[in-house]
Parts: sequence; structure tokens; C-alpha cells
Amino acid sequence: MTVLDLGTSSLREVNSELQGASTGNFVVDNPQGAHALACGLDSPVTVRIEGPVGYYCAGMNQHATVFVDGNAGTGLAENIMSGTVTVTGSAGQSAGATGHGGLVVVHGDASARCGISMKGADIVVGGDVGHMSAFMAQGGNLIVLGDAGADLGDSIYEARLFVRGTVASLGADCIEKEIRAEHLEFLAGRLAEVEMDADPADFRRYGSARALYNFHPDDVDALEASL
Amino acid sequence: MCGIVGLFLKTERHQHELGRLTALMLEQMRDRGPDSAGFAIYGDDRDDRTRLTVLAEDVDVDWGKVCGRLSENLESEVSHRTILDHAVIETQAAGSDARRWIIDHVPEVTVLGFGHAIELYKAVGDPKLVAERYGLASRSGTHAIAHTRMATESAVTTGGSHPFSTGEDTCLVHNGSLSNHNLLREVLESKGVSFQTDNDTEVAAGYVAWRLTEGDSLEEALGRGIDDLDGFYTFCVGTRDGFAVVRDPIACKPAVMAETDDWVAMASEYRAIAQLPDVHHAAVWEPDPARIFAWSRA
Repeated sequence: MTVLDLGTSSLREVNSELQGASTGNFVVDNPQGAHALACGLDSPVTVRIEGPVGYYCAGMNQHATVFVDGNAGTGLAENIMSGTVTVTGSAGQSAGATGHGGLVVVHGDASARCGISMKGADIVVGGDVGHMSAFMAQGGNLIVLGDAGADLGDSIYEARLFVRGTVASLGADCIEKEIRAEHLEFLAGRLAEVEMDADPADFRRYGSARALYNFHPDDVDALEASL
Repeated sequence: MCGIVGLFLKTERHQHELGRLTALMLEQMRDRGPDSAGFAIYGDDRDDRTRLTVLAEDVDVDWGKVCGRLSENLESEVSHRTILDHAVIETQAAGSDARRWIIDHVPEVTVLGFGHAIELYKAVGDPKLVAERYGLASRSGTHAIAHTRMATESAVTTGGSHPFSTGEDTCLVHNGSLSNHNLLREVLESKGVSFQTDNDTEVAAGYVAWRLTEGDSLEEALGRGIDDLDGFYTFCVGTRDGFAVVRDPIACKPAVMAETDDWVAMASEYRAIAQLPDVHHAAVWEPDPARIFAWSRA
């Protein structure tokens, strides 16, 4: 195990060491809310960050396992490709934004626009998510054990949204959908994997009504009027 | 971009080091606003006198003479001290009368703010140096708000720097940009509000000041602002005995808040809050859009 200390090393030095490693276990001490920590990793390394991080932590993550013991700022695991990013506290806005794959786990709350434009990542939030979460989401799964803020899933394409608590409001073209056995099985698996205690049967599923993203010939007049 | 910080002390425990903590927070926000900075610090609150912070930018002012004339006019004792190009004028007369007199009779200076508890400093330049120049770190007090500016809507000038006074013991800092400030400025001018710059934030400050004079509470004024101010904003507002934070309904501009038994803090980024004592035990959250968070000693 290698210990890196942001109290004595620069952010660039720490990130270079993490990005240069092909394997191994790292601990990062004294993060003090530093931005872009452990971003751009593309090897199966394990990084444990001892404290709160700032913006874009573990951005573009590929293969790596990043664990933050604290809160994270804006853009946690933005554009994650694979691997796992876990935060014991809460995450700022746009957690898991545009994520293509992998798993993002937030044990506390995630703020506004969680999973915005997500494309295949799975995001599990132990608490609440803020407004406009899963905006224009295209793939993957957003699992929320708490409540969701206003306009959940606005202009959503094909992601699946599971919320255990209340939803303040659904965004355009987002509707509640039947939760089937395959969804319960999927939820049970993910919840067990992230060690969160919740009954899959307590969740509701939301997704796209698919009324927005295909052009309908009946709307041609409205289109012409808008041009 | 801009960076804002606010620190409100709920207990006396850290009042002796309010300035030092605020300076640490401000320094962390340098990257967000390297072109100018300002801070408002509240302390030494006394009902029986008002302080006015006055800026004399690039002009020599004989403060003794100004205060003599002011004293004569107000029929009240007036004293002053200066810190570089800022002067803090103290009087037992009504602050609004003193302010009006200075604006009318000493046009080469700018009254940055006035009240029983507030002092307000701002300048162009590296925020760390601005804080050092005006001695922020050595100040004690009850609460402070501060700002680092990256100008987008108007020129890099001291006048365009934050905080902007919104009335007695009240001021405002802003991260964001307003899109309807020119129209709103005209509307407010027609209601008698005067402006000293073409800055968008000054319009927001003028708006809040106007609503307060119309009888709104601070929370009502900010609530009405959600309908009337168009654009992006995170505002932090300081009042005589408290402070408030509000974000626009989209809430693209960042803000993070934290609270312990001893203090409440807000900042554009967590790394500013990370400087505070006992932060590891603080509750930390991002303020919801279009919701007013307010603390008061009262």
C-alpha cells in the first residue's frame, strides 16, 4: 500500500502517481476538498481518499476503484467509463454526469442533476437526489433510496430510474412504469453489492414515455410554426 | 466565475479570529476571482453610533476637513480613521443622513456602506493581497462575507467589486450574472433608487434595498427577487445580526454550506470551508434552488 499526502505533495504529483500506476493500493491523506483528485485513472488500482474532495473527483474513471471517506463536490465520477467510485458522505451537483459504465455509490445525498445525461453507468444514492436528476439520461440505472427533487428524468431517453421515496415531480416525457420481476432481481443484486439495506419491493420505477425523441408526422405543423 | 464566502458565528468561541478564518476562506477562492476582492465584516455593534465606510479611490481627501464639515452639518460629533484609501467615519447622528450628506457634498468619494456593525472594504487586485492590505486577518467580529471577482458583466474596477451595500448594515455578494439588469435598473431608477456603476450585482443590491424600504423582510425581499431577477446567481447577504443565502431556480452556480454548533458557513467551493475549525463534525450540504437559507442572532 502506498500512502500519498496532499499536505506535503502537490495535487499534480499525487494524480501523476495514481495515473502512472498499473496496479496497487493507494491511500490519499489530507485531500482538504482538492479538485480533480484521482481523475483520469485507467488501470485497476484501488484508491482510498481519507477526507472530503472538491470538484470532479475520479472523473473519467476506467477500471479503478476509488473510495472517498467524506463528501465530494461537483461532478463526482463525471463521465465514468467503468470501475467503482464510492463516497461515504454526500455528493455535489452532477454526480455521475454522462457516465458510460461502471458504478457510482453515494451513501449520503446527491445534489442537483445527479446522473445528467448518463449513458450506461449505474448510480446508487443512499439519500436524496436534487432537482433535474437524470436529465436527458440515455442509459444505465439510477437507484435512489431517499426522495427525488423536481423534474426527475426530464427529456429522458432510455435509463431506468428507481426511487424508494417521494418524487417532487417528473420532468417532460418521464413516467412511472411497472416494476417487474427482472427489475426486483436487478435491484436486489445492486443493493446487496453496495451493502445498502432496502427492500426492492419498496421502489417505484420511472422511465421514458418515448413521446419526445421520435418525431411524429402529426407534429409537422407545430414544427413549421416554430421555424 | 467569482468566489463567495460567508461565515456567521453562532457563539462567541471564534469571534476573536473571525477575520483570520474569513481570510483563509477568501484565499481559497482566489482562483475563482483573481481580479478584485472585497469583504464586509460585522462586529463591535453599538446602537449609539453609526460607522460609514467611505472609499476615496485615486483622490486625496482631507478626511479631517470632511469630518469637520459633516459634524457641523449633523450637529453631532464625528470621528474617523483611515486604512489606505478607505476611511471609517463614526458618528452618533443618523447614518442615512450622514451618507446622504457625503454623497451630496463630497462627490469624489464613494460611500461603500454604513451601519451599527458593518465595515466594508474592496479593491482591485489579488484577493490575498487585498485581504492583507486592509488587515482582514486581525479583525474580530460576529460574521463576515467576502468575494473574489472574475468580471464578466462590467469592467474590473473597485466600484464593480463586491460586496454591494443594500442599506443600513446590509450588503450582498454575488456569483453569477444577471440578464435583465439593464431593464431592472431603469425600473428601479424610476422608483428613486440610485446607482453608482453599470454593474449587474449593484442592481440586485439596489433591488433588495428597495424592497426592504418598501417594508419587506429580508426573506420576503429575496423571495420576491426569485421572480424579478433573471439570470444566474448565488447570493450571500449579510445583515446586522445574520446572513442569508439564496440560489436561482436552476442553481448552476455552485454553493456549499456547512454548520456546527459554533458557526454556519457558505462558500462557492468546499475547500474554503475546509479551513474552518471542527469542520469534520460539520453538517455539509448544497443549498436547494430558490430556497432562502437564513440565520439570525435574534
